[in-house]
Amino acid sequence: MLNNKNKWLLLTSAAALTLGAAATASADTLENTLERGAVQCGVSDGLPGFSAPDDQGEWQGLDVDVCRAVAAAVFGDAEAVRYISLNAVERFTALQSGEVDVLSRNTTWTTTRDTTLGLNFAGVNFYDGIGFMINRDLGVSSSMELDGAAVCVQSGTTTELNVADYFRANDMQFDPIVFDTSEQTVGGYEAGRCDVLTSDTSQLAALRIQLSDPDGSVILPEVISKEPLGPVVRQGDDQWFNVVKWSLFAMLNAEEMGITSDNVDEMLGTEDPDIARLLGVDGNYGQGMGLSADWAYHIISQVGNYGESYERNVGMDSPLQIERGINALWTQGGIQYAPPIR
Amino acid sequence: MTIQTKMIGERPAPKNTVGPVAWLRDNLFSGPVNTIFTLLGLYLLYILLTPTIQWAFINADWIGTSREDCSREGACWVFVNARLGQFIYGLYPGSEIWRVNLTFAVFAGLIAWLAIPRLPYKRWVALVTLVGFPLLAYFLLYGGHFGLRVVETHRWGGLMLTLVLAVVGMVGALPIGIMLALGRRSQMPIVKSFCVVFIEFWRGVPLITVLFMASVMLPLFMPTGVSVDRLIRAFIGITLFQSAYMAEVIRGGLQAIPRGQEEAAAALGMGYWKRMGLIVLPQALKMMIPGIVNTFISLFKDTTLVMIIGLFDLLGIVQAALSDSRWLGFALEGYVFAAFMFWVFCFSMSRYSQYLERKLHTGHKR
Repeated sequence: MLNNKNKWLLLTSAAALTLGAAATASADTLENTLERGAVQCGVSDGLPGFSAPDDQGEWQGLDVDVCRAVAAAVFGDAEAVRYISLNAVERFTALQSGEVDVLSRNTTWTTTRDTTLGLNFAGVNFYDGIGFMINRDLGVSSSMELDGAAVCVQSGTTTELNVADYFRANDMQFDPIVFDTSEQTVGGYEAGRCDVLTSDTSQLAALRIQLSDPDGSVILPEVISKEPLGPVVRQGDDQWFNVVKWSLFAMLNAEEMGITSDNVDEMLGTEDPDIARLLGVDGNYGQGMGLSADWAYHIISQVGNYGESYERNVGMDSPLQIERGINALWTQGGIQYAPPIR
Repeated sequence: MTIQTKMIGERPAPKNTVGPVAWLRDNLFSGPVNTIFTLLGLYLLYILLTPTIQWAFINADWIGTSREDCSREGACWVFVNARLGQFIYGLYPGSEIWRVNLTFAVFAGLIAWLAIPRLPYKRWVALVTLVGFPLLAYFLLYGGHFGLRVVETHRWGGLMLTLVLAVVGMVGALPIGIMLALGRRSQMPIVKSFCVVFIEFWRGVPLITVLFMASVMLPLFMPTGVSVDRLIRAFIGITLFQSAYMAEVIRGGLQAIPRGQEEAAAALGMGYWKRMGLIVLPQALKMMIPGIVNTFISLFKDTTLVMIIGLFDLLGIVQAALSDSRWLGFALEGYVFAAFMFWVFCFSMSRYSQYLERKLHTGHKR
């Protein structure tokens, strides 16, 4: 979502780039991290399901689990993370200047960010996109049936433009009702000013909980824009890039092979060569990254596989209840796919 | 005909001039216009207060541990209750919270000692408060010495962080402000122009810009791998910013002291520092108490701006708690709590300043 804030961000990032092209922090991130004893991980200052402190003051969320996975891979201890909360504007500066080593803060992977800011996206841990929420009583099951609908949307965001594009492309009419903030947008939807509320699907789930009757509204299955969110690292340190990338891949591979935090210890005695390679029973695939052979074992036993993390933080075991959708594995109709460990 | 030889005893005032009824008649119903306004006011109070009280107290839920314990008919104080520790101590590790408590207990003790007139050794206690206490607070809160575990500043938060920021800002801004105010009135051209430029620069930029620069631009100018703790950056930003305001408040006080005071002191053979320290400043500061406290109160509330550099002050931690997916939708309760806490502290400061004014009153008030 490219709203006004993010335009600001591009501006400042561009300034940051010209000023700080030399500020690519030291290349050996892994060594520094090992010396420090903790992964410095940039998270959001609060986004439901992705990163927020719980009642005990522990950070929880899908993005937080990426930090924990990296820590588990590096130290064998998922708690060895130093969380630094960053807002949208300062997140890239914090990464460039070395204040954080991984930025796991619901950051959309775009060309500009990937190519001009001196950053690398290490993968996608959540495929987000603009979706629709609608009153259950209207009996609509697809966004193609929304011709003539009044749509509540937040102003100044690309959501507004994307929705207009979508309706025009599908030759449908719609009546945009524009609000300034997300609270007002929900208020307008609840007051019946519009039939449909539109926002990023991850946001829709959080907005839905705040309605007085959450079960009265449904989120339609269609997603009409691409917002791949993933962890980011500094450019120029390929070893660290690999550590973060493969920590994420290990979680995906574990789900595909059916390894969970509960059964990982039994799996150590497996005959399956794929599982043996992932868990470090057969060969040492951590060596190339400067990690121990059982790096993936630690991730799975302490953080869980991708599916566990998803369900716990944003899926059916969480209040957000977001369907797997395209975030399901490629074997189950989604597009989450990890290269093999070999 | 009788002659009264004794004084007639005092009789109570007529019934219709004393007591609550008379007070009501005098103050609220003294004429048709006032009566109408009184009734209108009462009606307004009724329609405003009834739903508020119903929401906040009568229909509110107080006991429980999760959102299922909230009926959603009134306020859900369960949320604030479950998060209270976090709102006060931020993400400070639970086993180390005694250190925060001890720090604030010591601070409260020192302040009380200074505030209660009967207690002796004021001068020494003041010295301990200004020099010893900050060191003690640093060792206790941050740790790393005397076997205490280091608690990094990114785990600080909540009310504790707000208070730390405010106290550091106040303690830092007052002396710098006094120096700047004196410098601006100095005859020495370099000192004077430095102070003028400093004050005008810091007064001319919004605090949010200062904090923003400190968090976004500063790290890029630093050598690779060197990063100044963001809390320190906030300390420096807030202190410099507030000292410029403080300087102007104090300069106002200095202007109000008649020239004759300083000249008389000079005639007695006092040097510059003695004239200022013993004659001019004590009078000026006393007169400026409302202005100084005003600046402190605004500083206290301005600390919430550190939210934009990712520090969880009281308001920031409330907002972070609101984004926990298990507690979505309790924004009103969270904000009411934050507002209440801020009000309590600002009001206490205001009362203390009024007490100080009365105590230091030497007939200068008109």
